[in-house]
Amino acid sequence: MPDSLPTDSVGIVTPQTLHFDAPITLACGQTLDSYDLVIETYGTLNADASNAVLICHALSGHHHAAGYHSMEERKPGWWDSCIGPGKPIDTNRFFVVSLNNLGGCHGSTGPNSVNPKTAKPYGPDFPVITVSDWVQSQALLADRLGIECWAAVVGGSLGGMQALQWSLDYPDRLRHSVVIASTPRLTAQNIAFNEVARQAITSDREFHDGRYQDFDTVPRRGLMLARMVGHITYLSDASMGEKFGRELRDQAYKFGYDAEFQVESYLRYQGERFSEMFDANTYLLMTRALDYFDPAYEYGGDLSKALAPSNCEYLVLSFSTDWRFTPARSEEMVNAMIAAKKRVSYAEIDAPWGHDAFLIPTPRYTDIFNAYMDRVAREVGA
Amino acid sequence: MRPDLEIIQQWVKPGNRVLDLGCGDGTLLDFLQRERGASGFGLEINPDHITTCMGRGVSVIEQNLDTQGLGNFDDRTFDTVLMTQALQAVRRPDMVLEEMLRVGREGIVTFPNFAHWRLRWGLTLKGRMPESEALPYKWYNTPNIRLCTFRDFEALCRQKNIRIKSRRVVDGQHQNSWLARLWPNMLGEIAIYRITREET
Repeated sequence: MPDSLPTDSVGIVTPQTLHFDAPITLACGQTLDSYDLVIETYGTLNADASNAVLICHALSGHHHAAGYHSMEERKPGWWDSCIGPGKPIDTNRFFVVSLNNLGGCHGSTGPNSVNPKTAKPYGPDFPVITVSDWVQSQALLADRLGIECWAAVVGGSLGGMQALQWSLDYPDRLRHSVVIASTPRLTAQNIAFNEVARQAITSDREFHDGRYQDFDTVPRRGLMLARMVGHITYLSDASMGEKFGRELRDQAYKFGYDAEFQVESYLRYQGERFSEMFDANTYLLMTRALDYFDPAYEYGGDLSKALAPSNCEYLVLSFSTDWRFTPARSEEMVNAMIAAKKRVSYAEIDAPWGHDAFLIPTPRYTDIFNAYMDRVAREVGA
Repeated sequence: MRPDLEIIQQWVKPGNRVLDLGCGDGTLLDFLQRERGASGFGLEINPDHITTCMGRGVSVIEQNLDTQGLGNFDDRTFDTVLMTQALQAVRRPDMVLEEMLRVGREGIVTFPNFAHWRLRWGLTLKGRMPESEALPYKWYNTPNIRLCTFRDFEALCRQKNIRIKSRRVVDGQHQNSWLARLWPNMLGEIAIYRITREET
């Protein structure tokens, strides 16, 4: 909880829920007749609506990207380090839109929303959503907000995939695509980690084939394990080493199997906290969206062919110790952009924090992000 | 504008696609984009330079020629591949030249002449490793690990069947001087070569 709001904070923000009545057809073939999207906006849309920036969230993210919901809130939005007055995504210049994606569990329509056809929660009946579906719903959101063309679509990790997909699906509706710590497709190892997470959830006795709400329970244990596995992949060996090393909670080994090492109790704590605030069906859905993402698939694996329609300029950033989506994956993307004769800038930022580095403001990351977004702002007269 | 860049920009045609190896803070590419309608990329490894490029709208890729080469660029992707004052700092200048003329139709290369009289003087009379305005480093910390003379470079081009379309020689301030034209390998400090493998 802040005693007073920092001067570079967007301050107290209030989410809005937008209702959409027109049916949306999804990649899986199913249709949602109506749905809600929860959004937050920061800054002011200018007269010609040219200064809008869309923030796309990652696996466990949501619409609350910056500022505080109240003075009682313990921590600001998940990307507060990069969004605010004078920050890289400068809310004095840009109109920033952040949403909870379809299928999420923070207010937008998802598995724990009520299915109007059955008057019960969707649960496992909620359709599997793809990155393309999200982009489609975000384009409808842009229509609603009167934004014909984004100055930039920005995202890290799964959010970066949406920023990339935007450039393929709506090439004339964004000027810049900022793809951070992302990948053009998951590797077998990435999918394997997702599968372990899903198995942890679905094998939880409380899962009940996804209908846990009917039984008034949640697969807490499975969700906790899923998060523990995921969390390991977000950090680097070095950053875990620095934070915990082999430190014990007590002085000596107890020759048992309780959490004796600090890293064990940290992971358990993170897992437990997550299991209290995240929905298991949404976790399954998000990891599947990650698995399925592969824009090159329809082009025989040739990403440069998939990029042909793109019309925007790209900024691609990777982090040296990210072993979930390594710099090599970003370079694969960059090379395809080069081959497709697109405008792209790329940097690999030296940071010790693994995949999570995209959320942590290291000097070089901030400098680059500032310089690039400043130029985007100048370009649109913001 | 620096006179060497002035010469280079005359060799870049409007609308050309350009690759600048070691593009620095992007001054040249920025100029070529704005004034000649050229497009393309800069490759750079200096973090501050990369940030400056991004801020001014020059497409820049963080890529190390020594370790990564140019394998990510297809044959004949560019009209012109530039390399100003960086040939002497790469591990294998011969291979870089090959790659330049694979990905581009034409190369423009500038480097300091190690046979300039002042450098010869330093080595011959003082017995010390030469230093100059164009080569301001100590022997132990210089990034310039592959120094050569104009004659060396031209011999390498002959050996590799690389045609020198033109050569301009300037002094340390990048000014044209009649002395440098008279006896380039002795009096010229920096040369700007325009090279190609194409016949015409």
